[in-house]
Amino acid sequence: MVGKSKGLRISLMVLVYILLFATVLAMLVPYIWMLSSSLKLNKDVFSFPMQWIPANPRWENFTDIWTRIPLGRFIFNTAKLSIIVTILQLLTSSFAAYAFSKLHFRGKNFIFLGYIATIAIPWQAYMVPQFILMRYMGLNNTHLAIILLQAFSAFGVFMMRQFYQGVPDELCEAARIDGLSEYGIWARIMLPLSKPALSTLTIFTFVATWNDFLGPMIYLTDTKLKTIQIGLRMFISQYSAEYGLIMAASVVSIIPVVIVFLALQKYFVQGVAASGIKG
Amino acid sequence: MSRGVKDNLIAYSFIAPNFIGFALFTLVPMIFAFILAFVKWDGANPMKFIGLDNFTRLIKDSTFHKALWNTVVYTIGVVPLTMIVALALAILLNQKIMGRNFMRTVFFFPYVASLVAVAAVWNFIFSPTMGPINNILHTITGIPLEDLPRWAADKQWAMFTVVLFTVWKNMGYYMVIYLAGLQGINPELYEAAELDGAGPWRRFRNVTVPQLAPTTFFVLMILVINSFKVYDIFINLFAGADNQLNDSTRVMVYQIYNTAFRSLDYGYASAMAIVLFLLVLGITIVQFRGEKKYGQ
Repeated sequence: MVGKSKGLRISLMVLVYILLFATVLAMLVPYIWMLSSSLKLNKDVFSFPMQWIPANPRWENFTDIWTRIPLGRFIFNTAKLSIIVTILQLLTSSFAAYAFSKLHFRGKNFIFLGYIATIAIPWQAYMVPQFILMRYMGLNNTHLAIILLQAFSAFGVFMMRQFYQGVPDELCEAARIDGLSEYGIWARIMLPLSKPALSTLTIFTFVATWNDFLGPMIYLTDTKLKTIQIGLRMFISQYSAEYGLIMAASVVSIIPVVIVFLALQKYFVQGVAASGIKG
Repeated sequence: MSRGVKDNLIAYSFIAPNFIGFALFTLVPMIFAFILAFVKWDGANPMKFIGLDNFTRLIKDSTFHKALWNTVVYTIGVVPLTMIVALALAILLNQKIMGRNFMRTVFFFPYVASLVAVAAVWNFIFSPTMGPINNILHTITGIPLEDLPRWAADKQWAMFTVVLFTVWKNMGYYMVIYLAGLQGINPELYEAAELDGAGPWRRFRNVTVPQLAPTTFFVLMILVINSFKVYDIFINLFAGADNQLNDSTRVMVYQIYNTAFRSLDYGYASAMAIVLFLLVLGITIVQFRGEKKYGQ
């Protein structure tokens, strides 16, 4: 009896591992394919059966892409936007979240409700008037437009506030008795405590800004202002037959996100759990 | 200055940096969107108030109906599939399993990887005559390449292809949310159920499912809202050229974007946006009701 259930358990485990392994493969193969193709000549990209490690890796693909399109420029623009937006969002969100979770003031619940209500409204529902407003302010075709659009998010405030709710009020009280100002409590107690939440918000914001597509497409018309996603897409339609080059450019466009993600991911599940976006 | 006023001022100073930006660039445009829906405006000539004309025009607009329908079909395809896969993976990765952290990272990664880049890869993978998928199918089944589905290039298969791709790309995100939910379940509940002689399936049904209900509602809500807002997946999965978007894959946001920024018909585009907003709002309300009723 015991032996039978143990045997069943083992075969179940084997099945689980096979299933997981297959899923991991399905998740990874496209990237391996991307990487492998980025080192090939066009004519070899589609050779079948597939040659995973090219016999003569064509490293020139990775040097050619920088001259074919202003890739350096695009990456610089995107990095600039992503970093500024992320910093602004972390600062303003955690600042506002502190008031919403630890301070008492007039209209607190009303204002917070307003924040929550707008999270559910799709951006696409007001992107047109937003565009008109930006144009009216003369911000069309500027990076400032993208920064202003992305830097003040209701979601960020909500997420940080959920996390701060879990920090005991007594901690703030004790600091107040010790003579720390509210700004001091935010800077010296709340910020250091909220690493998981800040990391999670950083991943979300950085990745969303880096990968944003519709925003830059609407606002940035000048080539020298464009971002990597727009540039990559132009490159794909312009050189649609040069697969090796397209894959090389794709690899380059993903690398910064990989770095940010891997650096912060150990906080990530913890951050999602603690900040209560699980609902 | 009294203590109370000072406290209020300090609190407002914390909110102000975010609130001013949020009010100016989110709230004001939202209110403006409602007004725009009732005017005719091309952005250059004076606005003209036309009452409900934009909405009556929508009722007769068959292209918009088709876009709405496609959005619904896409949502029905994506939502259940993503939920099942994400929950199954979360349960597996919540066990003590070798390489658990590595797998969590791998599953989540497509969510953060650039859509333009991964869509380009999938375009090649799905490519009808040269792509690996059809070549493998051809080798296994012997069916001639031209008789196999043409995936993203095929009216019949395009929506299916987009749904598959979407599930692949986003399931990791929902998996992480489910993982967080699973980790919030008190282990004593499982121990008690086991003492009562409940097997794995009963434990899943009587502990995991009810305990996860709030998470499931949250996931459902975000999934549906995101599916209604979809746009970029569609234009990127079709060989990078949005003029290839045909009737079977035109979605609502594409229609809004096109009407506003190509036809410069801001009022009409805003009316469409209001419809999108009302739909999302309606779904959110229904789901909140459901959560109140069943979520305890």
